[in-house]
Amino acid sequence: MKDNVVFVQGNEAIVEAALYAGLNFFAGYPITPSTEIAELLSLRLPQKGGKFIQMEDELSSMCAIIGASLTGKKSMTATSGPGFSLKQEAIGFAVMTETPSVIVNVQRGGPSTGLPTSGSQGDVMQAKWGTHGEHAIITMTASNNQDAFAVTVDAFNLSETFRTPVILLFDEVVAHTRERLVIPKPDEIKVIQRLKTSVKEGTDYHPYLPREDGRLPMSDFGGVHRYNVTGLAHDMWGFPTTDSTTVYNLMHHLVDKIQGHTKEIARTKEYYLDDAECLLISYGSSARTALHVTEDRRLRGEKIGLLELQTLWPFPAEEVKKKCLNASCVIVVEMNMGQILHEVKKAIDDPEKVFLANQINGSFIKPSDVLNIIRIIQGRGA
Amino acid sequence: MAVKDYIREKFFPHIWCPGCGHGIIMGGLIRAIETLQKEKNDIVIVSGIGCSSRICGYLDFHTLHTIHGRALAFATGVKLSRPELTVIAPMGDGDAFAIGGNHLIHAARRNIDITAIIMNNNIYGMTGGQYSPSTGYGEFATTAPYSNIDHPFDFVNLAIGAGASFVARTTTYHVTSMIKIIEKAIMHHGFSVVEIMSQCPTYFGRKNKFASAVEMLKYYRDHTTPIGSKDKKNNPDLIERGIFIEKEMPEYCDEYDKIIKMASKGE
Amino acid sequence: MTKKKKMKPNIKREWCKGCGICVEFCPEDALIMDEMEKAVLAYPDKCTGCMLCELRCPDLAIELV
Repeated sequence: MKDNVVFVQGNEAIVEAALYAGLNFFAGYPITPSTEIAELLSLRLPQKGGKFIQMEDELSSMCAIIGASLTGKKSMTATSGPGFSLKQEAIGFAVMTETPSVIVNVQRGGPSTGLPTSGSQGDVMQAKWGTHGEHAIITMTASNNQDAFAVTVDAFNLSETFRTPVILLFDEVVAHTRERLVIPKPDEIKVIQRLKTSVKEGTDYHPYLPREDGRLPMSDFGGVHRYNVTGLAHDMWGFPTTDSTTVYNLMHHLVDKIQGHTKEIARTKEYYLDDAECLLISYGSSARTALHVTEDRRLRGEKIGLLELQTLWPFPAEEVKKKCLNASCVIVVEMNMGQILHEVKKAIDDPEKVFLANQINGSFIKPSDVLNIIRIIQGRGA
Repeated sequence: MAVKDYIREKFFPHIWCPGCGHGIIMGGLIRAIETLQKEKNDIVIVSGIGCSSRICGYLDFHTLHTIHGRALAFATGVKLSRPELTVIAPMGDGDAFAIGGNHLIHAARRNIDITAIIMNNNIYGMTGGQYSPSTGYGEFATTAPYSNIDHPFDFVNLAIGAGASFVARTTTYHVTSMIKIIEKAIMHHGFSVVEIMSQCPTYFGRKNKFASAVEMLKYYRDHTTPIGSKDKKNNPDLIERGIFIEKEMPEYCDEYDKIIKMASKGE
Repeated sequence: MTKKKKMKPNIKREWCKGCGICVEFCPEDALIMDEMEKAVLAYPDKCTGCMLCELRCPDLAIELV
């Protein structure tokens, strides 16, 4: 076996990917089922001169990675359910200050302490709206280790490109499933480095003045440009303002830089979509079941296909609409009570053809959970 | 360089009320940095939320105005990733010991080389005068209209208990020693806590029968005494000021560098 | 801190908020508040250049020059 082929659990794949993407600083706090990420990074990061710190709580972990990111380091934190709730205020700070940062949330059953060792996809909406105030954010997910690796590298790239926090919304099943992972060779996946300003010392640098392409080159704390970073509404120098035009433009910039690039950000995978009459839409570990059902029914000659979402936010509504056009029925497969279901219904013209196959009791979605819904739709009863 | 070389002049006059002690602390911090001849590009100021936090906008360093109580958590990220930078965290009493108390004791425990300056005005000023963890028992605030039944923290003892390797207290009246203490705190290689008693004439003063900022400074003059003074023996109610703890301890970033050396050998 | 003696306070009127701290604690009583509630150096001859007014000014409005 080649030495870049390993047998690991999802949390380890995430660590390998983060290091591949250039992770240099990690701050975290132990919580099931994401803890292995912190454990492994405490071992691996110092080996390459990076920094690991176990902070006193979830809030401070998020704050610490923002501080580190401002000095020019690629930074990440990892958590689960309750910890994700605690991080929200600081995630909003990263949104407002446009500080690149990656937040892994290995979802577990909730609300509250919920089901710490069981899978769930109940945090989809929280990923989007967990922090207060109007904003946009990028959220990605994956259904297996190989994809978890790819989207994690992607998350760092998108975070640097759009100067935004990116949430990696995995779930317990993916995080703890052991399977084969082929670690890509260096340069096999493109790694995007931070865009640094070319403004020379002594010349006025505007940390919050977008270029024509919408990107904002950064200057590290400790570098030659001294500027202000604040969670208050601010002007192009980073100084607080309440000027209505400036605030309006800032709000639009924060949302548009992400919503306006939905196509560029969106990652999906397609299985048997060409002639699919019944379309499954799923993501994360649920998509594994959905894929199994799809392949199983195809063998029986049924025209079924799967659209796997890897980008949840911004929601790829146009693409979903296009793919659903020729399907007579659409079944969203997810471990919650319909958080993506409603997005799909909103995206298409005939929402009455969209159904939900779900599980909310902590157990993995079984093929029969999906098949039961298919039978009902086909009028064959449950 | 002069004081004006360290500030962002276009934002003056500042937003603090007439007589507010925070401006005196800002002046003291600038003069300490001036004396130490630190390069402006090597200094990062990290503040939280509230009146104190607005210091960030006025200082011509790398400035990070964060969220309530978490200044030290952000500062920890900055310092650990770039240990060569001088990181100073000016905070209010609520920032440092109420919402952010946990971060202060843990930063102290780690002994990470950050200078925490507690601008203690015994009140939440920005929100209009509510009692803070340093408002005294029996004092008044907009949320303690009948009198405060909470007992205040002794910040100095709390910081010492948490393991801070440099702990000092001073007041805005004692400006010259304040500047020297800030200098020493910045030079100290480890976590340093400097509590500076700072008058809030607008809210604390008004609620507690201090007629003016001047009266509050007189109070600091008359009710504090150097550590271990004779006066303290005669009048135990006097608040001691000076440097309580100054000791050498392994610093967190240095320790982490050792971890890096160990880890890279193992690879 | 390193300034020579005999420098006198220059008061930036637009920054002075009139708290009166410099006037009250001037060891030589060289400063007064004027009718506009701004500090002024009324008795420059009394000033010894001790800098306490500059150091205690909450508004950073005083500079000895």
